[in-house]
Amino acid sequence: MPKLKVSLLTGRTIGQGQGKEYGKLSDDYWKSVAICEMDPDDIKRLKIKEGQNVKITTDFGSVVVKAFESARAPHPGSAFIPYGPWANLLVNSKTHGTGMPSFKGISAEIEPAPKEKVLSLLNLLKEHYKRE
Amino acid sequence: MKNNVITRLKNACAISETKFLNYSNHRRQVPLVRKNGELMEASLDEAVRRSAEILAKASYPILYGWSCTSCEAIRVGLALAEEAGGVIDNTSTVCHGPSVLSIQDVGMASCTLGQLRHRADLIIYWGSNPWSAHPRHIDRYTAFSDGRFQKSAWRRYLPRLNAALTKKRLDRASSLVLRKEVSAPTETAKSPSYALARKERKMIVVDVRRTHSADVADYFLQVEPNRDYELLQALRMIIRDEELDVDEVAGVPVEVLEDIADVMIGCELGVLFFGVGLTMSEGKLRNIDAALSLVRDLNKRTKFLIMPMRGHFNVTGANTVFTWQTGFPYAVDFSHGYPRYNPGETSVVDILCRGESDASLIIASDPVSHFPRQAVQNLVSSPLIVIDPQITPTSLLADVVIPSAFVGIEAEGTAYRMDHVPLPLKKVVEPPEGYLTDTEILQKIFQQVRRLKGEV
Amino acid sequence: MRLIVKNGYVYDPLNSVDGERMDICVKDGKIVEKVDERKAKIIDAFGMVVMPGGVDIHCHIAGSEVNAGRLLRPEDHFKDIEAKTAITRSGVGHSIPSTFTTGYRYARMGYTTVMNPSMPPLEARHTHEELNDTPMVDKATYPLLGDWWFVLEYLRDGQFKECAAHVAWMIDATKGYAIKIVNPGGLEAWGFGRNVRDINDPVPHFNLTPKEIVRGLCRVNHLLHMPHTIHVHTNNLGKPGNYATALETMKCVENLNNGDKPVIHITHCQFSAFKGSDWRTMESGAEEIARYVNRRKHVTLDMGQVVFTDTTTMTADGPFQYILYQLTGNKWVNHDVETETSSGIVPFRYRRKSYVHATQWSIGLELALLIEDPWKIYLTTDHPNGAPFTTYPRIISWLMSRRARKRTMEKISRRAQRRSLLPSINREYSLYEVAVATRAGTAKALGLKQKGHLGVGADADIAIYNLNPDQVDLAKKPKAVRRAFQTSAYTIKGGEIVAINGDIVKSVEGNTIWVDVKLSSNPRTVVSDLKRRFREYWTVEYENYPVPEDYLTASSPVSVKAEV
Repeated sequence: MPKLKVSLLTGRTIGQGQGKEYGKLSDDYWKSVAICEMDPDDIKRLKIKEGQNVKITTDFGSVVVKAFESARAPHPGSAFIPYGPWANLLVNSKTHGTGMPSFKGISAEIEPAPKEKVLSLLNLLKEHYKRE
Repeated sequence: MKNNVITRLKNACAISETKFLNYSNHRRQVPLVRKNGELMEASLDEAVRRSAEILAKASYPILYGWSCTSCEAIRVGLALAEEAGGVIDNTSTVCHGPSVLSIQDVGMASCTLGQLRHRADLIIYWGSNPWSAHPRHIDRYTAFSDGRFQKSAWRRYLPRLNAALTKKRLDRASSLVLRKEVSAPTETAKSPSYALARKERKMIVVDVRRTHSADVADYFLQVEPNRDYELLQALRMIIRDEELDVDEVAGVPVEVLEDIADVMIGCELGVLFFGVGLTMSEGKLRNIDAALSLVRDLNKRTKFLIMPMRGHFNVTGANTVFTWQTGFPYAVDFSHGYPRYNPGETSVVDILCRGESDASLIIASDPVSHFPRQAVQNLVSSPLIVIDPQITPTSLLADVVIPSAFVGIEAEGTAYRMDHVPLPLKKVVEPPEGYLTDTEILQKIFQQVRRLKGEV
Repeated sequence: MRLIVKNGYVYDPLNSVDGERMDICVKDGKIVEKVDERKAKIIDAFGMVVMPGGVDIHCHIAGSEVNAGRLLRPEDHFKDIEAKTAITRSGVGHSIPSTFTTGYRYARMGYTTVMNPSMPPLEARHTHEELNDTPMVDKATYPLLGDWWFVLEYLRDGQFKECAAHVAWMIDATKGYAIKIVNPGGLEAWGFGRNVRDINDPVPHFNLTPKEIVRGLCRVNHLLHMPHTIHVHTNNLGKPGNYATALETMKCVENLNNGDKPVIHITHCQFSAFKGSDWRTMESGAEEIARYVNRRKHVTLDMGQVVFTDTTTMTADGPFQYILYQLTGNKWVNHDVETETSSGIVPFRYRRKSYVHATQWSIGLELALLIEDPWKIYLTTDHPNGAPFTTYPRIISWLMSRRARKRTMEKISRRAQRRSLLPSINREYSLYEVAVATRAGTAKALGLKQKGHLGVGADADIAIYNLNPDQVDLAKKPKAVRRAFQTSAYTIKGGEIVAINGDIVKSVEGNTIWVDVKLSSNPRTVVSDLKRRFREYWTVEYENYPVPEDYLTASSPVSVKAEV
């Protein structure tokens, strides 16, 4: 299966900003945040179609999200995930003495994940943060 | 408004419209306390009592959030943190904390937004996408606003917008005809046009990818990811008439940089807005340092100002209240009986990652959604109190949940705009029966903690 | 609550009491003629000095500029901390203390009223929030109006009455106490990075001069019957040769005199008393200024004394602060406020061996000692610009003791020593004069009728100092003077004992004093004019601008009736 190395950015979008005002448990939020925006050429290189699931892995974790074509192309080699619980499974918590984790410019690997599902918010919480 | 329900908004931006019309979705109805692993309904008194017990017993609690509530609530929060001997921190710690650190090294040449509306003819957005994150910024305060000495540049934008839409349509059409994607070649940076030398308003966007804001700008500069620092320092050198030994910096040819520097020096009043694009990428506070120093150096040649684009409607207020009461803007540790400040040591992400805290109170914030996984895992492994108007991922994992009234909709209070102007937030509707404001809830918890600690 | 302060040496200049041994009686927060001894708490002040609580006429303690300074300088706080107690909140100090600490430190020195001199009107809410969190003292604040576009436009057109009505609105909207003017015209010029050269240099885009602004606002002040005069930070502050500007500023309102009453207050005059043409030739202009002030009745001043220490400069004078940044290379914060004013902050250290700094130190004292009438010049450091307010006791000891001045002089730059006028000045302040400079004089200049004295009806704000003028030759014991004023034996605020020997024993709120101007015309004309033009000028809505009275934790308005 093809794999792609990218630099991962996390950030705000209008969709995420509006989605969170609908409530973090809403479908709107889930749809606007459990996604990844990629350069159309990069999507081709992975041999997938828009809307299919991909698995993103960094040194700190991995997560499955839906891939979409970025409207901000071209930016081959960069991918963007909106802020939220899915993105945070991938970021570096080390702050290098500044208090601030690294939310942008993280090295990541993306591969197609046709057989895996995108976790719902509740399942994500259960799987990663289950309380004893 | 109809029957205490908001039905319509005028003059609101997309984000605030959604907020005002949908705030009552996903409301918790009653306080909850976790018993035997399950969150059960409880009375407010019980929830408050349990919260006070958790905080009074803890030896190193953290109190986090604060950026989406009123200054009045934050004042009580500080008293509570001091009483409990814990660490109080706000969302700057994962947002513009590095900007604060840099300001503490370099200072900052800034102003209120009206100053820019009246006077700014050069507006630069760096690592910031106001079109998406601060939708009214451009038409209220910068390129598309009217001021005493400068007029809106809206009229010049319209032909540009038409041209961009036409190009998109042509690309679409040709890709349908040719049955393959026609994507634009990666742009090599070109110099800004001579039009930018005019004294009318003009907007420049600098970013790693072409955002919506870039489409609206007079000039867009694409910078390689994690290379903002080099670019800023290179511009600084040019402003100071120093020679650059290289041909290009961060993917941008030096001749282009020299032309951009000319535009910056030639303006009447310029402003640089910067966003988390700078604080969060490699270099963090050093990027901000470079931006602050660049603007400071520009003041030798012309009037230039800088401002961070803050998220969370009252993060500036949180910084402000923290500072006047404790001397420090965030990451304040009261465990020794007096305020201590050392981001990297006393900041909550670090404390959580080191597993040092033994209880948390989260207010007006959702760290489970916004903190890296390791920090979240430690957050939920000790007693967790959540005060929030809505159900959030954090409240789903809490031990005590206390619903509160929405500041700015159901409760009044003071908040600070990103340029430090204090504004009164109004109460527009009544909160649901039994809902208290953050201030009232915190007061109750504070009184009980004092009692438990024997100070009353 | 009844109290009797028994048998102390009372210094109450407003009632001409000069060291008499007498009792001061307190009931329900006010000074009264007598109380029943059996029902009262007795404080034995035998062998101690009793004065009204201190009244500080100019100290930057609250608001956006002060807070920006706090944020800028965490290093200012690290070494100077105050731990929480059962009664007090924790905090930090040195040159820009946190709000609770500010209140406690003033109380420990026996001060009970403080005036915050620089409030950008758009951010008035912020100033009041911080004042609400400053315990132990009564406070007030002055809105910055000298570069407000409405003022500039009305004065340019000669419309003094309209200007006065708008200023009245602003005083109410900001809950302010006096009209503050800083580098008139210069702050508007700084909006585009420029400055004004002197009081006759027209303000860019507005076509009027700083002189017209000062004169205009002086007339407005009269029309409104404000309790204090206009409070002025002159043009060219900190520039060698600027004593001429200070003199011209004082002269330009001479003919607007109000009988024998002052019509202008020049603040931190030391920074405006430089002779010379550059930093090498800079020297003291105190003599010229003192000569002028000694012959006039229409001016009051405060010192703006410098002390050799690390401190922070912060003023509304944006262009001046930028110059300080250029001189020192220190970090620099600038904050311009739309339509109204500006501000700047730069850390600064005054060094003994620097000729300029040592000369500045000398100038402040020269002014206080050469101006004969103590009712004309008051003790301040323009906290924190010249030094933190906790240095006031040291300054008192310099004023009272030639010996103390000489000791400090021995360690300063030789060139400054040679040029200083201090060696030729024998005058030593008496306790009476100190009481004038730190409480009676300031209260009088501010028009605060219930403060600064111990007569019947005054607020029961009393300071008792451990100093015995009969046993100690104060001029020869400057250290004893300094220690006594550093830590009062008792501080009484509103009739309650709040501090004893440096310990805060009770935390009290303190009132925010402001002027409630009652216009004789219909205020609605001003309001509708402002509403109409509000959006053109500011980026906030009209409804959100004024500070409502209930915003102040404890509001204490002073009513005046205006002539407009």
